[in-house]
This record gives sequence, structure tokens and C-alpha cells, in this order.
Amino acid sequence: MASIIEVSGLVRTFGKIEAVSDVSFAVEQGEVFGFLGPNGAGKTTTINVLCTLLRPTSGSASVNGYDVLRQRSDVRRSIGLVFQQTTIDDYLSAEQNLRFHGYAYGIPKAVREQRIQDLLQMVELWDRRKGNVRAFSGGMKRRLEIARGLLHHPRVLFLDEPTLGLDPQTRRHIWDYLRDLRQREGLTIFLTTHYMDEAENCDRIAVIDRGRIVAQDTPDALKDAVGGDLVTFAADDNAGAAEEVRERYHIEPTLQNGQVRFHVKSGETFLPEFVRTFPQRLNSVGLRRPTLDDVFLSLTGREIRDSELDEKELLLQGMAGRWRR
Amino acid sequence: MAPVTEIWRGTWVVAYREILRFLGDRSRMLSSLAMPILFLVIFGAGFTKAMGPLARGVNFIQFMYPGIIAMTVLTSSLFAGISVVWDREFGFLKEILVAPIGRTGIVFGKIAGGMLVALAQVLMMLVLAPFLGVRLTPAILLALVPLVVILSIGLCALGIMVASFMQSQQGFQLLIQVLIFPLIFLAGVFFPINNVPTWLEIFSKLNPLTYGVDAIRQVFLGSGLGLGVTVFSHTMSITDEVLMVGVLDAILLGGAVLAFNREL
Repeated sequence: MASIIEVSGLVRTFGKIEAVSDVSFAVEQGEVFGFLGPNGAGKTTTINVLCTLLRPTSGSASVNGYDVLRQRSDVRRSIGLVFQQTTIDDYLSAEQNLRFHGYAYGIPKAVREQRIQDLLQMVELWDRRKGNVRAFSGGMKRRLEIARGLLHHPRVLFLDEPTLGLDPQTRRHIWDYLRDLRQREGLTIFLTTHYMDEAENCDRIAVIDRGRIVAQDTPDALKDAVGGDLVTFAADDNAGAAEEVRERYHIEPTLQNGQVRFHVKSGETFLPEFVRTFPQRLNSVGLRRPTLDDVFLSLTGREIRDSELDEKELLLQGMAGRWRR
Repeated sequence: MAPVTEIWRGTWVVAYREILRFLGDRSRMLSSLAMPILFLVIFGAGFTKAMGPLARGVNFIQFMYPGIIAMTVLTSSLFAGISVVWDREFGFLKEILVAPIGRTGIVFGKIAGGMLVALAQVLMMLVLAPFLGVRLTPAILLALVPLVVILSIGLCALGIMVASFMQSQQGFQLLIQVLIFPLIFLAGVFFPINNVPTWLEIFSKLNPLTYGVDAIRQVFLGSGLGLGVTVFSHTMSITDEVLMVGVLDAILLGGAVLAFNREL
């Protein structure tokens, strides 16, 4: 069977800036697929192409077997969307927002009203259905948007930074819904995020940086690829200590934030031996499983937060470019 | 091009929301009537005595009233475009843009919604007619409604065309204000444009709104009062003017659809 999302050689430029350069990937039916990368890496641009809001500069993309350029209406019917920015009409009630969506997608009345009730109950907003959306919290609005995105029984749900700006508790809550949905409706979920812990919820992740996919695999495989557990330590003379590590274990350590870091297989057995035999005085020692942060670091040589600073500059440049145009 | 069913569904869905929002926003409903009423009351009180009758049995306020009706249509319709900018700013536009309804349907819906709102405001203005000594009969009402509709469609389209290029509400409002005042002052709302300096007459006759105002005035006051607009010494009849507005509607509608379709 063909993949539910297929993207090949996708390029999108804004003026001189190439937001997405030659991106290709495929998402299978029923998968939770995550796009992980810093702000401005090209995640939203890719989503906008897939949901027919942006024309690709070159390359092709299809969703549910429909071409995003030539079969826009079919694509739109196949997808539900939750954008980064809220897209709820504050002047309508929760129920009116959903009903509007139902009209716009031409859902027959009987199906519509039942579905509205089911979904509002699922996201625990049924009691607030008549309530003015203006009085809703960020988390409530996001839940309402998820309900709305699902109203027309889409095959794929796109979530662009679905939990941005929400507190950890609400984030966990939203993920509970999403997992539940996937079980019940066999939904394919495509999400973008720059939260590492959120990416852990995905079956597969594509790490995207500066408009390119730099790696694509399951979270565990990506972490394994980093090279096992992460050992960090600090000594009086870090540079000397790093040299020592290099000679003794033939591993290339990195120096960061006053710490020496390196990866080893099975850190639990390595660490006691290391501490006992290391010639220098150690001020601190740490051991942990690699996180997706480490994955990003080893793939791009930068931490995801550092690269966000870069992206901010890039964005400013881009804006300056727009003014000039 | 989206199939007809999608355009049609888009039109009514988007228009339906415009009306819901209008009904839910009473301050907008009242504030948009404030200006025309202010003009009527102050100019009416100030000039009616001073100017005397403008034609047989037509005093200044009776002359001005149809013009103010046209002005209500103009302001209300042009500002209909603000909902596009508003939706863009608050994100709701995306919800509409990714729905399977097609851009053309969205434009038609915004226009239909704006037109119905303008019509509602005109009907509210009609309540004032008896107090101003303006004759209002069922026949007048019957002729007025379609006139308001065709005048409003083109102006809504113009507003949406402008809105398609604007990112902020402030920008849109500023631009529309700049557009509104010359259009109103040059349309013969406040004075007949047959006895004005030539330069003013030329500008007025180039202003399409002039013919809308004149058509509405003819409906209220009847033709043949010697106040009608003449173009190359031909006195424009309502039919001429309706045709003109109709052609203009078609051009502006096309423009609005094109402008709104620039991106996908």
C-alpha cells in the first residue's frame, strides 16, 4: 500500500531564503510522525505545503494519495489541522465554532451533531459548549481546536507545535487524547515540535535543521546512533582530562559548559572502572541515557536552543528582506 | 477552479458567519450608524433653512437623505473587507482557507455577508424617514432594496480587494478612510453637482458612487426635478445608472477574486 503522506524533493523559497531545501519523506498509515527541529527550520513551511496553504517552489507532495497542487479539495477533506497560532473564532461559542466547521466541510446534519457531542465530550468541553471562547484558557482553546480538526473524520491530523506555550500538565493531557484517538480511529498524526520530550511520543522522527532532514528514524534508534550512554565529568583541567580520555579509550570527547562529554556503550559498567582508575581528580561525574537533545547535538553540532538564536537572526534578516521587496 | 457546489457552500457558510458576528457585535452595529445620523442631524439642521428648497417641494434634508443612505452603503460595504484582515490577524482565516470551499467561495461569502449587513443598516436608517419629512412607500422600498444590493456588491468587492493586500487592521482602516472621504464628498451627497465649478464636476462625474447616489435619490424623490446627473448633456436614468453600477460590480468582483487568489 502506498504511504499516506509522500513528499519528494520538496523545495520552498521565500525571496532569497530557502525555507525548505530538498526534503523527502514518507509517512505510513496510522503512524505518529514527528518533525523535530528548532524554530525556523522549515517545519511550518512543510506543513503549509502539505495542507495546501503554500505552493511548493519545486518537488511534489501527496496526502492520502491526492496531489497537494492538483487535488486541493480532496487533500483538504483528508486532513485535520491544528495550527501553531489559535484559529478559533473568539466571537462564537465553542459549539458554533464546531458547527461552522461542519458546514464548511459539508457534513450531513445527523452525523455532525453526534460527532460534535462525541468530540466535545472527549476533550471535556461539553459543559462549556455554549460558553464564549474568549473566556477559554490556552489549553481549552487547543483542545477545542483538536476537536474541530477531527470533526470531518480526517485520515491525517496535522499538529503544528500542538502544545506550544502550554503548561506541562496540559501538555500531558493533550497527549493522552492523541494516543487515545490513534487507537480508536487509526488516525495518522503528523506533528512538528521543538520539545524533545514531545518527540518521544512519536513512532518515527525526522530531524530537520536549516530546511534539510538530517536524520530519520525511531526515537530509540536515533538515540542509539548517538553512540550509547552519555558520560559527563568535570576536572580541574578539563582539556588535559579530555586528552587523557582520548588516549585511554580512543573516544573523541567534547568540551561543553565546563564539562567533558563522551559516549560509551553500557555506561553502568564503564563508570565505576572509569572513576577508580582515572588519574585526575574528578569534581563531578554524571551518566545518563542519551536524549533527543543529544541526538540533535550530534547531528548538527549545536544544541536546539543555541540554534534557535541563529534562527531568530535569520528571521530578522528575512523580515528585512521582505520590507525591501 | 473549485466546483460550483463548493463555491456555493463557501458563499453561504462564510456569509452566515459574517451575519452571526454582526448580530453578536452591537457596538459595531450602532457605531456605524452614528456618522450618517450625525451628518443628517447637524447638516440638516444647519443648512435646511439657509439653503431653502433645492427644487419644487424638496428641501435640503430631503435632498440629502438619499445621499446619506448611499453613504451608509459605502461605509458599511467598504469596511466589510476589514473582516478579512481581522481573520488574518487572529488566525481564523487559516481555518477558512484550508476548508474545502475554494477561494472564490470565500470572496463571494464575504461579499454576500457584507452586502446583507449594509442592507440591514440601510433598513435601520429608513426608520428616520418619517421624522425628516421623507416620503417612504412600499414601491420606494421595493426599488431601493435591489439598488442597495448592487451598489453594495461592488463596494464590498473593492474593500476585500484592498484587504487582500493588507496585513494590519490599522493599515486597512487608514487606507479605507482615505478612500471614503473623497468618494463621499465628490458623489453629490451634500449638494447637486450640476452647479459646481467645472473641475469639481469632472471629478464628481468620474466617481462611480455619484451614479449610485443619484439612482437612490431618483427612487426617493422621483426623476425630472432638474437635479439629475447629466453626462454629455444626457440626463442619466435609473436604468443607465444600474447598468453602470452592474458593469463596475463585475470588474470589482473579478478584481477581488484575483486579489484573494494570489497565494494558493
